[in-house]
Amino acid sequence: MTDTAAKPLLDLQAATVRFGARAALDTVDLSVAAHEIVCVLGPSGSGKSTLLRAVAGLQPLDSGRVLLEGRDQTGVPVHKRGVGLMFQDHQLFPQRDVGGNVAFGLRMHGAGRAEQTERVAELLELVGLPGAQRRAVATLSGGEQQRVALARALAPRPALLMLDEPLGQLDRSLRERLVVELRQLFERLGTTVLAVTHDQGEAFALADRVVVMRDGRIAQSGTPLEVWQRPASEFVARFLGFDNVVEATVTGEAADTVWGKIPVPAGAPQGGARLLVRPAGVRLVPVADGLPCTVLARTFRGHHVAVQLRPADGPLLEAECPLRDAPDVGAQVGAVFAADEVVLLEG
Amino acid sequence: MAVPLAFFGLFFAYPVIAIVGRGLKSGGTWQFGRIGEVLGDPDIGGVLWFTTWQAAASTALTLLLALPAAYVFARFDFPGKQLLRAVVTVPFVLPTVVVGSAFLAVLGRGGLLAELWGLRLDTSVWAILLAHVFFNYAVVVRTVGGLWSQLDPRQEEAARVLGAGRFAAWRKVTLPALAPAVAAAALMVFLFTFTSFGVVQILGGPSFSTLEVEIYRQTAQFLDLPTAAVLTLVQFAAVGTILAVHAWTVRRRESALRLVDPARTARRPRGAGQWALLGGVLVTVLVLILLPLAVLVERSFQGPDGYGFRYYRALQSADGGGGTFLVPPLEAVWNSLQYAVVATLIALVVGGLAAAALTRRAGRLVRGFDALLMLPLGVSAVTVGFGFLITLNQPPFDLRTSWILVPLAQALVGVPFVVRTMLPVLRAVDGRLREAAAVLGASPLRAWREVDLPMVRRALLVAAGFAFAVSLGEFGATVFIARPDNPTLPVAVARLLGRAGDLNYGQAMALSTILMVVCAVSLLVLERIRPDRSVSGEF
Repeated sequence: MTDTAAKPLLDLQAATVRFGARAALDTVDLSVAAHEIVCVLGPSGSGKSTLLRAVAGLQPLDSGRVLLEGRDQTGVPVHKRGVGLMFQDHQLFPQRDVGGNVAFGLRMHGAGRAEQTERVAELLELVGLPGAQRRAVATLSGGEQQRVALARALAPRPALLMLDEPLGQLDRSLRERLVVELRQLFERLGTTVLAVTHDQGEAFALADRVVVMRDGRIAQSGTPLEVWQRPASEFVARFLGFDNVVEATVTGEAADTVWGKIPVPAGAPQGGARLLVRPAGVRLVPVADGLPCTVLARTFRGHHVAVQLRPADGPLLEAECPLRDAPDVGAQVGAVFAADEVVLLEG
Repeated sequence: MAVPLAFFGLFFAYPVIAIVGRGLKSGGTWQFGRIGEVLGDPDIGGVLWFTTWQAAASTALTLLLALPAAYVFARFDFPGKQLLRAVVTVPFVLPTVVVGSAFLAVLGRGGLLAELWGLRLDTSVWAILLAHVFFNYAVVVRTVGGLWSQLDPRQEEAARVLGAGRFAAWRKVTLPALAPAVAAAALMVFLFTFTSFGVVQILGGPSFSTLEVEIYRQTAQFLDLPTAAVLTLVQFAAVGTILAVHAWTVRRRESALRLVDPARTARRPRGAGQWALLGGVLVTVLVLILLPLAVLVERSFQGPDGYGFRYYRALQSADGGGGTFLVPPLEAVWNSLQYAVVATLIALVVGGLAAAALTRRAGRLVRGFDALLMLPLGVSAVTVGFGFLITLNQPPFDLRTSWILVPLAQALVGVPFVVRTMLPVLRAVDGRLREAAAVLGASPLRAWREVDLPMVRRALLVAAGFAFAVSLGEFGATVFIARPDNPTLPVAVARLLGRAGDLNYGQAMALSTILMVVCAVSLLVLERIRPDRSVSGEF
């Protein structure tokens, strides 16, 4: 690690924050490379907001270090760290207009009046609110506030931009549109981003890399595809919404479970394990040809139907099936499993 | 935090401790036996008893009359509400001396009631009680009404939908939310009336005496410092207890109540009952508050030969009062204004710093500090004034001949108001706004200037106004330390009232009127700049 170019932009080393007996951050190691978009995903209380506050210097570490561009930030006050943070509920300054909010960071960094005016206009243009300088913050809609907050955070060109539940308070359709816009914007600007969210859709759409947190620790880290396809643990699997988890004993290329024999990918470790079958890997066949199940419920999911099944024994099963093939509630069906949708979980 | 602590140590604790020490020490040893002796005295026992029961009665009467007004202000919208709110608040910032003379003009010898029905109440306890209600009406209306207006009416509506009757909904939902505020207001009224000085001094006559009046008498008339010292300690203990209970109720009040914008909770009164309630409150305000003030003004113009400016003219010459003053009484106006401006500045600096310190830190120590700041409201002003005289007269603090002594004493009373006004607003500033500023590169000081200051600017002005009005009216301490050739308005009024003769009486009324106008104007200016976030006035 002597080569400065190889140093990550942000490096957390065994960062720990305790609130009383509870560790909100428990020896977390995390690094973010320049121009990378990392999304921290986790349920509420998993320590994700504390992570951001620790990096910003708003929350002192009990132990461990935060390094920004290789420099230890211990003792560096918030306003000298050069990071941007977009707060969960935006925290726009109510007594200033939109322009005043966006210009705030520029003024703090001693930018001249002409530069401020120019940069504010540029940023408002960028976030899709051109000419909104004189508007009062109170008159903005939720989506507009979010854009102003983003412009304000970006204005001083922070080395690292952090977003705390950036789209949390917006309605669904707006969220889906904005997340795409954000990703395009960050890619264009080359911004390094560390975002936290509890919404997996948001995380997967936004991030180059997803970090799943649980109880102050990192449960898994990887590209969205990796995490989605190979959840590391039952916690991650369930957090991503996969509930087809069962106790299994692996022998060769098959596993014994209460659901019967399930094929596993080649090279799977032998012996006892927890096993996940993604709903896409559960196919419905006539009752005689597979594991006999009763259809409990059907949920319309847009391009497919999620079918909940009760097998004779063991936990409930969820299957994904095409719209036109969905069986009726109460019907008897058989279930078979596809090896490529089976994941062996750790722990 | 260091500046306010030093200020209180030097100008409050030191004088008070010194005077208590002087009273209780003789020949270098403490004479604690004195405490028992003094408390065993039946006369003192009578004073203690009277002080307590009149305070309790005043508090009960104030609550009875002011709670309906609190409701009316919180829930009804009517033309002139703003003005009425200001009118109701005027008495609170009026000097006790003015209140005393106003009630004298209504209830006293040759007063309005005497003229109409031959009724004189100035030597009865009713005069004191009514004057106390007059004085503290605003405390209840603002403290309770302020919170009430921010309680979401939908809470009650939810209870109604769930099957509670109108009264049951109020009792189960609103009352529990309101109770701590009512308790806090009641305790404050109790505190103010317990330590009442000017009102009792003027209206009580020789037959009624509160602790504070007794301390004054023992100190100034009988020069019995030991007795005064014991009484000061008793009052100190009582005030300490009241403040401790008050702090406890206020803390409970701060617990999770969901507050809403008061502008959305008020509506026009509906139905005969609600209009009658509004009418009743208006009549109460009219009779209890406006009438005494109006009579005061009327008396100041009414000479033996019809209305005129005779008394006001007399104020311009020193010998008009038969040798009461070394200077024309009107000069007292100028003195008072100068003192009050300086006192306000001191109170703002000290109180502002204290409030900022209280916002930033939490914990037991800070809470103690919070209570300490309230002490000057209750601890004998007479003791403080006299303490100033005997402690600040030698190096290194030889201030006895300095004009700064009066503003210092007045600022002491102003600081609690500054802290009480600033604290809720400062606490309401979302800490994350400060964090947002910090992340954007603002140093802590810069963040305070850019974020906190603009939001509290209005509260700061309101605090300044309160401090100004309170300084203007301060009497108990000033009466000791104001020099004869530099009297303040309240001191001049008291001196005039202490002399016999129509001319002196008329001049006192005229001077009181001037003082009232000055206070009322500063208050009306304040109402204009009321902060958006209702300063419910945690008195």
